[in-house]
Amino acid sequence: MNEYVTTKGEKGAVKAGKEKIVPAAGQPAERIDSKRGVKDVMESVMRAVFVICGLVAVGFVLIISVYLIISGIPAIREVGLWNFISGTNWSPANRTEPSFGILPMILTSIYGTAGAIVIGVPIGFLMAVYLSKVANRKVAAVIREVVDLLAGIPSVVYGLVGMMVLVPAIRTTFNLPAGDTLLAAIVVLAIMILPSIISVSETALNAVPREYEEASLALGATELETYFRVSAPAAKSGIAAAVVLGVGRAIGEAMAILMVAGNVANMPSLLSSVKFLTTAIAGEMGYAGDLHRQALFSIGLVLFLFIMLINAALNLFLKHNKEGN
Amino acid sequence: MNEQKVSITEPLSANRRVWNGTMRALLYIAAALICALLVFLIGYILYRGIPNLSWEFLSSEESVINDIEGILPAIINTLYVIVATLIFILPLGVGSAIYLTEYATNKKLVSVIEFATETLSGMPSIIFALVGMMVFCQALGLGTSLIAGAFSLVMMTLPTIIRTTQESLKTVPQSYREGSLALGSGKWHMIRTVVLPSSIDGIVTGCILAVGRIVGESAVLMFTAGMGMRMANFGGDTIAEFFDNFFGAAGSTLTVSLYVYAKERADFDHAFAVAVVLLVIALVINLAAKLAGKKTQEKLRAGNDKNDR
Repeated sequence: MNEYVTTKGEKGAVKAGKEKIVPAAGQPAERIDSKRGVKDVMESVMRAVFVICGLVAVGFVLIISVYLIISGIPAIREVGLWNFISGTNWSPANRTEPSFGILPMILTSIYGTAGAIVIGVPIGFLMAVYLSKVANRKVAAVIREVVDLLAGIPSVVYGLVGMMVLVPAIRTTFNLPAGDTLLAAIVVLAIMILPSIISVSETALNAVPREYEEASLALGATELETYFRVSAPAAKSGIAAAVVLGVGRAIGEAMAILMVAGNVANMPSLLSSVKFLTTAIAGEMGYAGDLHRQALFSIGLVLFLFIMLINAALNLFLKHNKEGN
Repeated sequence: MNEQKVSITEPLSANRRVWNGTMRALLYIAAALICALLVFLIGYILYRGIPNLSWEFLSSEESVINDIEGILPAIINTLYVIVATLIFILPLGVGSAIYLTEYATNKKLVSVIEFATETLSGMPSIIFALVGMMVFCQALGLGTSLIAGAFSLVMMTLPTIIRTTQESLKTVPQSYREGSLALGSGKWHMIRTVVLPSSIDGIVTGCILAVGRIVGESAVLMFTAGMGMRMANFGGDTIAEFFDNFFGAAGSTLTVSLYVYAKERADFDHAFAVAVVLLVIALVINLAAKLAGKKTQEKLRAGNDKNDR
């Protein structure tokens, strides 16, 4: 208290004059009042500072939206919205007849994400059930640590391991000229979304009231029947949130799949080299010029819209979750 | 003989037994699969990387003439970005969390801010890369530089700090605040002397998590901070030159140099060596975050116990 007064006293004394303080009769009272004036100014200054800090996040979102829209529109206008999103040919570097169709990439992103979800969610969900209900506590704690570590490994490391292990394996298994395929990207994405799926669904499963499970057991259901037919449905909105989170992760990932997907803008098929929305931006920004560059910004805008949709879905599930609890 | 009796030890019907068996098998298969994957991933990275890791690799700059490979510049660039980001992110994130938990009375504004924070945390890094490049590198004229990278990362990691700080602010018992206010302190004074000191470990956790994201980020830094593998010039003879160099320095961080090694030079041995370094950093960050998080948890529990009594 004393420290506060002595350090801020001098500076505040000047400001205190601006505040309308009605001095009470007598010395001591006046001193208290002048201190209060200092404090009031300080309070309102700090309040303003905190409001500004609070608004920074809003500012960032506005900056991102505005810049993406401003820089994404020109190329779309030039190419035509319909041509842009439904064109199947992406050859922006072609000097005589450049073509800007991003349908292959949109489909690749959707297929890749769907594939990652199809592989990652069931395994992740089963793992969450195992950790939450079946495993003994010590084993579960160790596995949880390692899964957390998995979440902390940078995406380029996944890309590197995928490049060195998965891509050659796919090449030899399917007898292809090159193993950089959609399949490789799907497997890498599935592994990368596992940690978030496991931890979010486990949290949801842990939050299921014990009474539900006890009632089910008392009615003669086995433990496993209880976990899958009582606990899992009770945790379904949390698990749905986990899935949506996984979708967001998978659709936004760039570097890891840039290293394993081959980066040719084919229409997606499991064993062909493909280009995602994200990898088009990450891979081509370095050398793109003029319209090509603007088209990449437009791809960013498309990706942004996808993400906003997913975020809206996630918010919906989370809100539902909160109300459920 | 048994048919009329209903016994609780009666075996399950064939259908249920099959279902139970299958589900149990699936559970164990999934668990085994993931554990095998974890062991393989970590083992493979260590197996490929450790033989190529040496003190020289960590402590020197690459030099074609002397045939030396080294990632010292990448390590220094990574540290630079971490420190620069934290300097900006700490006051902003903590301030924002304080506003949300201590000051905010306008519900609409709070929900707008929370929506913005959630949007930021769900945004893929490639978007931050694009926007960072447009805003900081081009519009603000910072060029391709580590500082532009740090600013872009500020946008990306802001939600992390806000969320963890908010959580730890909530663990500060309401009675502390009331006590402080009742003794006549103002709100800011109360926050500075009572609330912040008792939520410091949540803020620390937030910083650790943010550092984890910064170290792991590659797309943003590739676009905004450059991919050069040589040591940037941080010094200068005059003060103006020093400022120019220090704030204009560009180069690759650890993740970006891994990408350069793997994708552009096909030098996988060194890429794996960098991967080992990143793995170790991830491990350290995880442990640190766990430790700091545990403290917050304990406090929360202690607080709840008190309330229960």
